[in-house]
Amino acid sequence: MPSPQIILAADVTTNRQHTNVAEVEQRLGSLELILGISAVRKTVLIIVLAIIWQVYASYLDNPLLFPTLSDTLTTLYDRFVDGTLPSRIWTTLQVLITGYVAGTLLAAILTILAINTRIGTDFLETMTAMFNPLPAISLLPLALIWFGLGASSLVFVLIHSVLWAVALNTHAGFLGVSRTLRMVGGNYGLTGLSYVMRILVPAAFPSILTGLKIGWAFAWRTLIAAELVFGVSSGQGGLGWFIFENRNLLDIPAVFAGLLTVIIIGLIVENLVFQTIERHTIQKWGMKE
Amino acid sequence: MLQAIQQKIDPTAGLPDVKAASEARSLLTVDQVTLRYKTPNLLITATEDVSFSVERSDRFVLLGPSGCGKSTLLKAVGGYMAPVSGSIHINGRPVKKPGADRMMVFQEFDQLLPWKTVLENVMFPLIVARKLPRREAEARAREYIDKVKLTRATDSYPHTLSGGMKQRVAIARGMAMQPDILLMDEPFAALDALTRRQMQDELLQLWEDTRFTVIFVTHSIAEAIKISNRILLLSPHPGRVKAEVINVDRARQDDGSAAALERDIHNLLFSESGHRE
Repeated sequence: MPSPQIILAADVTTNRQHTNVAEVEQRLGSLELILGISAVRKTVLIIVLAIIWQVYASYLDNPLLFPTLSDTLTTLYDRFVDGTLPSRIWTTLQVLITGYVAGTLLAAILTILAINTRIGTDFLETMTAMFNPLPAISLLPLALIWFGLGASSLVFVLIHSVLWAVALNTHAGFLGVSRTLRMVGGNYGLTGLSYVMRILVPAAFPSILTGLKIGWAFAWRTLIAAELVFGVSSGQGGLGWFIFENRNLLDIPAVFAGLLTVIIIGLIVENLVFQTIERHTIQKWGMKE
Repeated sequence: MLQAIQQKIDPTAGLPDVKAASEARSLLTVDQVTLRYKTPNLLITATEDVSFSVERSDRFVLLGPSGCGKSTLLKAVGGYMAPVSGSIHINGRPVKKPGADRMMVFQEFDQLLPWKTVLENVMFPLIVARKLPRREAEARAREYIDKVKLTRATDSYPHTLSGGMKQRVAIARGMAMQPDILLMDEPFAALDALTRRQMQDELLQLWEDTRFTVIFVTHSIAEAIKISNRILLLSPHPGRVKAEVINVDRARQDDGSAAALERDIHNLLFSESGHRE
């Protein structure tokens, strides 16, 4: 009767040459490598669109309706150099940052209360359900009556636009933290605020970051819209007012320059600020692919 | 009543009856504990009238089929739920809430904090719960990471580790705290069979080094026999003590006594009618 036996692979394959090594790994062509980078593809796309813009606007030859790209860029440059645009951007950003920070802080307080007490949870859920669907800009007329024609009205509206989005996502993130991680936190004897800050906030960071991004997007759109309508506050308006003002002066290239500035600032914050935070946190931690 | 249910199995078969462990100086005593928990529409009795005691340096296994409340029992020892009746004492103090004197090792791979490296994961409880200075915490963390053979992964983030490595980190984290008891809730259940064997050997090796006390929950009879010196057998629905197996470490693989013991335990667990599985 044959008994079990172990035959080692090394004894069977003696010095067999591998001839197909080169075929297993082959370098990609350089064009293929360059096209693999999404930034390159997107840049190409933007350049193509810019050319179409320039060509079409030149063909139309009506700067009152649709100025060329070169006119827009020249105006953008001029307004930057003479200091109008930087001061308008600064006005807008000041209001924006005040509102954004205040909204985020309020959201933090609300969610910490909500995660620790049941009445807090009920309060947050009810308020979010009520106010999240309400566009912030619709509160502006009311805010103007309450706080007057100034920055405080804008800040109030901004807080409203940031608060619910951030609170909703943060709270959902907290609730989504796995039972195991929460038990680990308890095991370390962490309670109350230290438990929230050391376990829940980092564990829920993907959701919190999403909330901050959505809050930012809401705030940015709301502010520009609010400035367009009620812009002038304390003698100097922001970017939205800049656009509105130049439309009244029929300086359409400047309107385009203003719009371009809004786009660029939006892009910078979304792609540079938030993506940098993302790369150094949730991507490094393997919480997002 | 309880004594009547309890049976003793002696793997060495030659020895006479062994007396119950002395109650007075036990590290952990679980006394007639009944545990219930609520689901949205049911009140479930997980364990009923369970008593046992764990001595220092015991490798104590809670073994039973699913639904016998062994994990719930471990959570109660961990302080995550309070018994409806009965009491749990550690070092003479009643267990009221989770604490770092009872470090848990979970089955789930996500028990490591993903935003901390291996080293930081092991250091973190030393700093927040033991209040060690950073330098001391780091030295001790490195020592235990070496013990579980993860020196090369010290600065890696958990998501880059394999399942077995993650469980090693969790074990290192638990042991570095030098808790009174290490509570392990099916820590190897989610690992593949080869890794599981290796981890069992390593756990025994670690125990040889430091003689820590551990309560280990499993549903594998073979794993229980391999790891423990005492096994508490639980019957399901609700969990009651069915038997206690002592001197398990005398069972040996080579003379077939381990296999015989495994058969005995299997028969004991599955003989009784009314077991739904």
